[in-house]
Parts: sequence; structure tokens; C-alpha cells
Amino acid sequence: MRKLLTRRSLITSAALGAGGLLSGCDALSRSPGFQNILASAEDANFLVQRALGDRMELASEYTVADLSPKFRANGTRDPGTSDYAASAAQGFADWQLRFTGLFAKPQSFSLSALQSMPQRTQITRHDCVEGWSAIGQWTGVPLKLLLDLAQLQDKAKFLVFHCADRLGGRPYYESIDLLDAFHPQTILAHRLNGEAVPIENGAPLRLRVERQLGYKHAKYVTGIEAVASLDNIGLGNGGYWEDVANYEWYAGI
Amino acid sequence: MTETQNRKPLRHRLTTRLWHWINALCLLVLIMSGLTIFNAHPRLYWGEYGANDDYAWAAVGSSQTIGYVRVGETKIDTTGFIGNWRDSEGKVQTWAFPGWATIPSYYSLAEGRRWHFFFAWIFSFGLAFFMIRSLFNRHVQKDLHITRAEWRPSHIWRDVKNHMRLRFHTPGAVNIYNSLQKISYVVVIFILLPLMIFTGLAMSPAMDANWPLLTDIFGGRQSARSLHFIGMFVLLLFFMVHMMTLLLAGPLKQTWAMIAGGKREGDGDA
Repeated sequence: MRKLLTRRSLITSAALGAGGLLSGCDALSRSPGFQNILASAEDANFLVQRALGDRMELASEYTVADLSPKFRANGTRDPGTSDYAASAAQGFADWQLRFTGLFAKPQSFSLSALQSMPQRTQITRHDCVEGWSAIGQWTGVPLKLLLDLAQLQDKAKFLVFHCADRLGGRPYYESIDLLDAFHPQTILAHRLNGEAVPIENGAPLRLRVERQLGYKHAKYVTGIEAVASLDNIGLGNGGYWEDVANYEWYAGI
Repeated sequence: MTETQNRKPLRHRLTTRLWHWINALCLLVLIMSGLTIFNAHPRLYWGEYGANDDYAWAAVGSSQTIGYVRVGETKIDTTGFIGNWRDSEGKVQTWAFPGWATIPSYYSLAEGRRWHFFFAWIFSFGLAFFMIRSLFNRHVQKDLHITRAEWRPSHIWRDVKNHMRLRFHTPGAVNIYNSLQKISYVVVIFILLPLMIFTGLAMSPAMDANWPLLTDIFGGRQSARSLHFIGMFVLLLFFMVHMMTLLLAGPLKQTWAMIAGGKREGDGDA
């Protein structure tokens, strides 16, 4: 009998403890100070993942036999603005990719100019932060070639990708550092699985930054801005999801 | 150096006790924050890719009226628990796992991930430290090593029968663990826990570039994700059996032994 009571009281206190723990976790989760402590693990992820390998290591590439039957679209499926619709109606012939900010030679490229440059085709796995993956074949211009033309100034530390779509009234944007910018698999893709990138997947230009999660792969890219710091872009966290939902700027895991 | 030669040996060494409690906390937080992450996409696949249009070998279905879990072609109604449950305000929620099982209790993928990765680092260092320390203080060789005699089917069968009769220890036995305990501890510490770390890393796109072999070993990123989930489930089962045997063997005394060390010899168990 004594034992039974002990067990029951143990179970009760365990249940109460779990309840207390849960509300305690929520309180901690909502506290910015504690969030910073937790987020320090993400800094560790960044440092360790960057320290491993030779920093230019390629993400796995696959064959046509490995392609996902359907490449899932997520986030914005269509920017839906009249400008975008008008551009889409003429096959994005008037689309311009503008290089602004800390470049020695800021300039614009039309879609056809980009298509006439040397291309890279890669079959890679797209990993969403939510947990799903899709394998697709992407063709586009290596970003390095464009950076060589526009010439980064020494002060430039990050590239900000401005996009034609808005989510919840805010313009979508993303940013990467120069290590990823010059990575051979970092391309501005205009073809998916051998056809023009569909609107839901980011037509006409989508960034591929293969060693990071899906939300870094900005769609509907209209401009690339070279900056020394991300502080004055958006809310200063380096990207749309980073600003609105605390996603990590470095999305290697 | 937790004990000296002339002192009576403790049932549990300091390293074991310290690791046990750090690990208990890590396990709890990792499972609960992991369920938050799972809620973002409650479908599991085999192979390298897998998204909504691909076949999921297991999935949670949710709507405003029902919740169910589908494994293969078998559907299990889980209304009220998984896929359709009421939050503390009585409102119907259609996230897969309910708020009481997740950290945070509300849905936030970003916060769930922060909890998960923070405790994953503590868990990984703790496990590595415990493994190395346990080899050097001979915990592995003395207490966990399964002797040839213990591998004999007759010996294991005798321990199974004793377990069923709730007799966990041979009276007078010097060793603190019987063969079943040794096997389960060795499997958990040296196979299951490292498997959780490596299947977790195999899901990282940056690790895929750094160590492509890691993802390949598990048969692709989505397979690694499925194995990560199954591993969590097995750990949960281990935890429940662990709690059951704890309750049967005398919870207060056993728990106190894991805190203070306990005595190694002549401490007949219930």
C-alpha cells in the first residue's frame, strides 16, 4: 500500500512537473535573452560546418534517374503583381537583374544576356527547413561570373537578393556571404528540369545556394545588392524569414 | 577518480550519475523540440527525396473534425491526440503532435530548432565524454561488457524468466547489471544514441557537402529523417521500460542511488 501511494504520488508529481516544465519552456522560449543563449548553438553549427571541408566542397549531385517526379513549390506561388504578370506574359523578355551597392561597375543584365553566358547545370537536392526534400535539375549562370563583371568593392561582405514577391505585405529578400557567393554551385537558375523555371518555383530567376536550406534560395530575383553589413536591410536579420519568424541566417542544418 | 581503493565502491560512478541526469534532460528536450520540428512536415519517406506529392510510408492526417496516423496502408484514428486535439483554451488544433508533447507548446519551427540544436550539442558532448570516461574508468569493461557465459542462450533465457518474475538480480551477484540490462544499455549507448546524432547530421545540407558519405550510409536524406524518428521512438520505448523497471525495483532507493551513488554490494533489490 505504501508503495502504491508512492507510485501514484510519483506519477502525479511527474505530471505536474511536466506541466510546469512546459509552461516554463514557453516562458523561456519567449524571452529574448534565453533565445540568444539557444541561438548560440546555431553559431556553433555555422563555425563547425564551415571549418569542416575545404569551404568550397560541393553539395551532392544526382542523375536524371534520381529526379523528384514533381518539384514541390512552397512560399510564394505567384508574386501576383500587375508588373510581374505583364512581364510573365511576354516570357520575361523585359526582366532585368540589377547589381547595386558596393560594386565597382554596377550594371544590369537582361534575361537573354544571362542566358547567353556560360551556364552550369546541376542536379541537386533541395532541403526545406520543414523537413521535405525534392531533387531537381537546375541550369543557370554561375554567380561568380556576374560578380567578376560587376566587381565587388573591398568593403562588400554580403550579397542581398531582392525579389519581386511580397509575403504578408513585406518584400521577400535573402542574403549570403561571399564564401557562398563564389561557390561553384551558386547559380542564378532560369531552367528547372530542362524547361523555363515555372512561376511557382521562382520564374524567371531563382538563386541556388546548394549547401543551405530552401528559404535561402530566393525566387523571382530582381536585384543583387552588395553591402558591408545587413543591419540596414529589412529588419536587419538578413532575410524575410529571419526577420519575421526568427529563422537562422545561416541555414546549413 | 570517483572512488579510492580503500573506500567501498559506489553502485554508480560520478561520471555515470552526472551523465545520466544531463542525458535525461537532453532526451526530454530533444524529443519534445523534435516533435515541434516534425509538426512542420508530419510525413516520413524512404530514399533521398520526399515531399507532399511523393508516397510517405507514414503520415499524420489532420482536419477540423478528425486526426489520424497512417502507417503504410493502415489508418489509426488518433482524434483528440494526434492531428486533431484541443489546446489549453479548448480550441481545436490540427498540428500533428499536441502542445503538451512539444517545446515550445505553441507551434514555432524556428524556436523548436533552436532548442533542438542547443541541446543536441550538450547531448553529443555528454555522450562523447561519457564514452571516453567509461572506457578509462573501466565502467564499460567491468559493468557493461557482456561475458561469453552471458551470451549463452540458456543464460539469457534464465534472465528473461527472472525478469518476468520481477527478480532483477541474482542474489549475491557482484555485477550490478544482468545480461538483459547490459544488452539494452550497450545497444542504447553505443548504437542508438550515436545513430541519433549521425542521422540528425545526415539531414543537414552543409554536412551533405562536407561528408556526403554520411547521407549515403543511411540511404538518403529522407531515410535518415525516418530513421531519426524511429530511433526517437525506440528511445521512448527504452525510457518507458526503464521507468517501469524503476517503479518495480523501488523508485526512491534506485533514484537516490543514481543521485548519491548508492552501494554496490549486498543491496538486494525488490
